[in-house]
Amino acid sequence: MYRYDEFDHTFMAERVAQFARQVARRMSGEMTEEQFRPLRLMNGLYLQLHAYMLRVNVPYGSLSSSQLRGLAEIARKYDRNYGHFTTRQNIQYNWIKLDEMPALLGDLAKIEMHGIQSSGNCIRNTTSDQYAGASADEIEDPRVYCEIIRQWSTLHPEFSYLPRKFKIAVTGAPKDRAAVALHDIGLRLYHNAEGKAGFEVLVGGGQGRTPVIAKTIRKWLEPEDMLSYLEAILRVYNLWGRRDNKYKARIKILVNATGIDEFRNQVDAEWDKIKDTKLQLDAQEIERIRAYFASPAYETLPDYSAELIAHGEQNTAFKEWLKSNTAAHKITGYLIVNLSLKSPKQPPGDITSEQMLATADLADHYNFGELRVNHRQNLTFTDVRQIDVYELWQKLAALDLATPNIGKVSDIIACPGLDYCALANARSIPIAERIQQRFEDIDRLHDVGELSLNISGCMNACGHHHVGNIGILGVEKKGQEYYQFTLGGSSTEDAALGDRTGPGFSTDEVVNAVDRILNTYIEQRDDIEETFLETYRRVGMAPFKEALYGAN
Amino acid sequence: MALIKDGVEAKDSFVNACHLDTLPASGDIIVSLDQWNDHRDALLARDAQLGVTLKSDQHPDSIADDLQHFALVALEFPAFTDGRAYSYARILRDQYGFAKELRAVGDVLLEQLLYMNRVGINAFDIVGDNDLEQWKVAAADYTVWYQPTNDGRTSIRDLRRG
Amino acid sequence: MPHMVIANTLRDGRVVFLSHDGSWAAAIADGELAQDETAASRLLANSKSSANSNVVIDPQLIEVNETDHGRQPTAYREYIRAYGPSVRNPG
Repeated sequence: MYRYDEFDHTFMAERVAQFARQVARRMSGEMTEEQFRPLRLMNGLYLQLHAYMLRVNVPYGSLSSSQLRGLAEIARKYDRNYGHFTTRQNIQYNWIKLDEMPALLGDLAKIEMHGIQSSGNCIRNTTSDQYAGASADEIEDPRVYCEIIRQWSTLHPEFSYLPRKFKIAVTGAPKDRAAVALHDIGLRLYHNAEGKAGFEVLVGGGQGRTPVIAKTIRKWLEPEDMLSYLEAILRVYNLWGRRDNKYKARIKILVNATGIDEFRNQVDAEWDKIKDTKLQLDAQEIERIRAYFASPAYETLPDYSAELIAHGEQNTAFKEWLKSNTAAHKITGYLIVNLSLKSPKQPPGDITSEQMLATADLADHYNFGELRVNHRQNLTFTDVRQIDVYELWQKLAALDLATPNIGKVSDIIACPGLDYCALANARSIPIAERIQQRFEDIDRLHDVGELSLNISGCMNACGHHHVGNIGILGVEKKGQEYYQFTLGGSSTEDAALGDRTGPGFSTDEVVNAVDRILNTYIEQRDDIEETFLETYRRVGMAPFKEALYGAN
Repeated sequence: MALIKDGVEAKDSFVNACHLDTLPASGDIIVSLDQWNDHRDALLARDAQLGVTLKSDQHPDSIADDLQHFALVALEFPAFTDGRAYSYARILRDQYGFAKELRAVGDVLLEQLLYMNRVGINAFDIVGDNDLEQWKVAAADYTVWYQPTNDGRTSIRDLRRG
Repeated sequence: MPHMVIANTLRDGRVVFLSHDGSWAAAIADGELAQDETAASRLLANSKSSANSNVVIDPQLIEVNETDHGRQPTAYREYIRAYGPSVRNPG
């Protein structure tokens, strides 16, 4: 993974010093809150319901074990001994103090981490596929380009006061685990007919109040042109994005209003002027960055799959976990292992300091000292030897990180919601917990099978409810919390927005409603192999609507 | 009000005529885009330096063919959150080759000084007493930068190559 | 309807309530409950003094009822601010 060199370190030190000065100017009253707010947001510090919340970037989800230890230490020293992983692969701390921020940022800088641009009207963390570099289906490793984008976008002087936030995601496999179609810019790596790697470029995707699936602005972009093309898109957005209405300020609104063809023309016109400048990436630079993402020292091992399955026949719990929480690796003898942060005992995506420290040790022992954060708020070990998997599972189970629910209904994405967030209208964590408790029975969980359930506590959709197979949106009606359902969403390569079922359900009714939806699926499916999404696409909304609201 | 130009306090020879009904007969003046368009000939006939102000919704394309007449282009920041003029500055410097004074006016905060400088703005209208010293401090905030912006600084990528 | 002034402190972002003597109290029980509109306006005006602009952020008036279970903000959001998240922190 990427390691800071002297220039990165110098930059970080200067950034920390600058923010320390800004905090001092705010505390002394030299700066007003209005002036200070964008500056603290650009360092990732929000003011929420109970305290400041700090969002720390985890670049494209990539962490070393020593970074995870450092994050645990920060939770212990400055917060309440836990952190929360987000749908953009970042980590959040909910109980931060402003006057401790300079020291905290100094500690973060020591582990090569920061909250720069994790908020504000600027380019945010570039996210990616948590299986990058390891997945059996990978075409090209997206992390190389993510790192190049990260450096280019850090403190970009022209794009720090955009109309609104800007999010970029990159994927390098046919299965899209990074939700690129729901980003302001999505990049899909693939090989052309000559076997050369390049990008399909998507633009104008996003969720929130006006969810939109991104459109293809360019079918083929050479890697050398990646930065100049991105700069052209950003410049057109900076110039023409709406600034009169916060809810109409994202690039998706501009693309819709302009039309994709005209928008493409504008970008191309700008790109023509800057294509041949220093923004061009030469092969030397790409290869220099690629060297940081060289494969770990894989051993030559035989395929151990049969032995793992045999283990499973002896141990049902292991069998269920193996089936749901692991994925195929490109190298024989290795396996991708997911650590579920969706135990019913904790809010989804939360992890204690103790769990972080133990996970860091496991990463050192079983995964070459690295791990990934994925946008479904879980962790991933990408390079585990199959012969170690059973032992690893036992240790994960002891840490409550082995709930066998990855990709299942209790692998819930939930935003912090009204319990924490100043923007929320309703709580999401208690709903998630009750749904998880309803589906603690593993047999039922696996009978329902592959299904994404996403919960947002307001229309900003940080819980990605629009693209859940089942989406739940918390709203407030006459002082009460209500929960509206959408069905049929998908965040993958066949991205789709969910359809609303109808009126919302109260806190008391909502979990039963989930049950009715799932029972309908089980009744309607062709066979056990047909997933919820496939069934919904085949039978439509009608049977679900009837189950929820009765025949009309 | 003070003017910082090229990193030092400078005397401002320009009078801001944007809100005047009658343009001064002599002396350096800064006019609005509307005034430039309405009184072009009269302005060109004056024997003094001329500057023009672009509002945040006035793209530099509107003066692209006339740049040789201006000793100064002022870019207005009506609210510090309005970032359009950062792009205007880059377009003026990089694409139109404007090499004279590029000045930021309006809601210009200390904390943006360096960003503005990086995109080619070399003069700043600032308000307040001690600000000059603080501005010098802010200008020294960073010694390394990732992106190439034609501001004369070597990007980190090029520094790495030695 | 009685009102209180709620805000977050600049220094650590915690929820506080303006009390009778102009200081900021951490517990809702210790804040000043303004019984009528005049008292509420006065309370809000005090909270926005220039001295306070360096102590708290975004002071607001909220409706609060006195009940047997203590003071209850009528808006659930403000209730959560006063009494904390409805879920336990892990760890």
